[in-house]
Amino acid sequence: MDLYEYQAKDLFARHGVPTQSGEVVQTADKAKQAAERIGGLVVIKAQVKVGGRGKAGGVKLATTPDEAFEKAQGILGLDIKGHIVHQVLVNPAADIDEEYYVSYLLDRANRTFLAMASKEGGMEIEQLAVERPDALAKVAIDALTGVDRAKAVEIVDAAGFDASVREPIIDLLIKLWDVFVKEDATLVEVNPLAKTTSGDVIALDGKVSLDENAGFRHPDHEALVDFTETDPLELRAQEKNLNYVKLSGSVGIIGNGAGLVMSTLDVVAYAGEEFGGQKPANFLDIGGGASAQVMADGLEIILSDAEVKAVFVNVFGGITACDAVANGIVQALELLASKGDAVTKPLVVRLDGNNADEGRTILRDAGNALVEIVDTMDDAARRVAELASKGA
Amino acid sequence: MAIFLTEGSKVLVQGITGAEGGKHTRRMLASGTNIVAGVTPGKGGQSVDADGREIPVFGSVGDAVAATGADVSVVFVPPRFTKGAVYEAIDAGVPLVIVITEGVPIHDTADFFAYAQSKGTSRIIGPNCPGLISPGKSNAGIIPGTITQAGRIGLVSKSGTLTYQMMYELRDLGFSSAVGIGGDPVIGTTHIDCLAAFEADPDTDVIVMIGEIGGDAEERAAAYIKDNVTKPVIGYVAGFTAPEGKTMGHAGAIVSGSSGTAQAKKEALEAVGVKVGKTPSETARLVREILTRA
Repeated sequence: MDLYEYQAKDLFARHGVPTQSGEVVQTADKAKQAAERIGGLVVIKAQVKVGGRGKAGGVKLATTPDEAFEKAQGILGLDIKGHIVHQVLVNPAADIDEEYYVSYLLDRANRTFLAMASKEGGMEIEQLAVERPDALAKVAIDALTGVDRAKAVEIVDAAGFDASVREPIIDLLIKLWDVFVKEDATLVEVNPLAKTTSGDVIALDGKVSLDENAGFRHPDHEALVDFTETDPLELRAQEKNLNYVKLSGSVGIIGNGAGLVMSTLDVVAYAGEEFGGQKPANFLDIGGGASAQVMADGLEIILSDAEVKAVFVNVFGGITACDAVANGIVQALELLASKGDAVTKPLVVRLDGNNADEGRTILRDAGNALVEIVDTMDDAARRVAELASKGA
Repeated sequence: MAIFLTEGSKVLVQGITGAEGGKHTRRMLASGTNIVAGVTPGKGGQSVDADGREIPVFGSVGDAVAATGADVSVVFVPPRFTKGAVYEAIDAGVPLVIVITEGVPIHDTADFFAYAQSKGTSRIIGPNCPGLISPGKSNAGIIPGTITQAGRIGLVSKSGTLTYQMMYELRDLGFSSAVGIGGDPVIGTTHIDCLAAFEADPDTDVIVMIGEIGGDAEERAAAYIKDNVTKPVIGYVAGFTAPEGKTMGHAGAIVSGSSGTAQAKKEALEAVGVKVGKTPSETARLVREILTRA
């Protein structure tokens, strides 16, 4: 889960990382009031979970509360790379002398953690890594020992920070490691880390990604979830504990197992090329169990997507046998019909693996005209793409 | 032979008294696994009846290993207790620890992986994986034992169901071992570890490698294949249609910016001569061509 800048800075402050206190507001009026309270020059910053806000006009200085109103009005509602700005952060403006970069992240390749640091902050780090790789120090961190003073010194030396900021950055790096570990983050990034004209070192921006798997030990993290950017169908699916991702095609997909479902999306997209570019409408993994209720919940979500013209149920009976899955489908259709939501779009079902023949027999015997059984994944994908193209 | 798991493997189940642990203990026994012990803290001295077989339960992995000589542990412990359970297995010197649990925090996995590396005596597979099977010999994890038979194909995959699909499509030819390495961002055993083991395994003639979006494990595997693998490798990559920035079911399956795409992985594999199937069935066909031509 990615956090907004203001949420990241809250976590920084909680662990003693020097940053600015500001106010998050949703209206220009409130931005004006915040500017009044803060006093002096303020900076108004769009709160969106995407980089490049400055270039997109999402970060502005304001010398007076009236100007803060004006600037906030211009920023609220902006579309920054597809993210609409619903709130802005009002911070006191800092007198910046120099800008640096520091971060901790997961290093998947080496299966450990990594510190990155640079004297050249402010720009997009991906760009710096490509254009001036020598300017970006990378220091591996042992998960068992973490960042103590010696490790922080190693990072600071590798980046070549000036003697005047050495001590405050060493201190900041140790506290930032606390944020990384104690909050179960997979990324903490400070860009820019600023040295002010008065010589202070503070985190002017913050980017934090939290590990959702660690939610059980962070009950407070739930409050950080923001649903305004979540698709309404994804939200409904979450409430039903379904692993669903909304896409923008015409073929609804239900399958079991993340890998098989990803593969199903690909196979449907290939087959769809023959039928006017039909594409998968969603990712939905109903997992190993595939009970009637889960199947019904899944179908209900998928069929409430108006773009869906046909549905592909692709199940491999591994742990679950196909006859149980077939019963689940039949009961799900009955369940939906009894609720007045009878399925009206065609369903192509492919069952393979344990008890596949029994499963197909159950579906045939149920005699629902909208359900078609196709034996292989490739043929089923072609058929469902064809049906979707006819329904369009 | 087979890789990592053979007919001589003595398997213990951590979390045997839980619903999942119990269910899969019965399934593993049914596919011929020699399960010698279960471990549940506080339940030492009890036993579990698994379809007529009494499996002794111990309070710690150390006790279980001392009493039974177990050399493989399959971990079915809930996420919040997984790190402690894996530490216990490492401390007891269990050579192979298979972590089935889904939803383990990344910091915990990075921690127990680093701990295993520092001790140097345990191989970890997973977490968030289906385990591995050496058909006809032993089955450690949740891979269905009935969908394939023993043969000469070696398979390594991030995905459980794609593994099952491939095992099923090639069931007439059969497998030496099939390893589900798991879909998390940090995993104990990689594609490369399995490629090396299959290359060295005299009972494996062809290797199937299944990958998916996220990270660069497939690219690194491609570089490894170029210099170290002489046996034919057939690849498959899932997730060509996955949008950027969305986690597709597996915690590790995410395209970030331009990195981790299926296209990049496919190109890296093809650049070193690995044939990559467009669909699972085409992948199976490519494997079949190699084995039936030989």
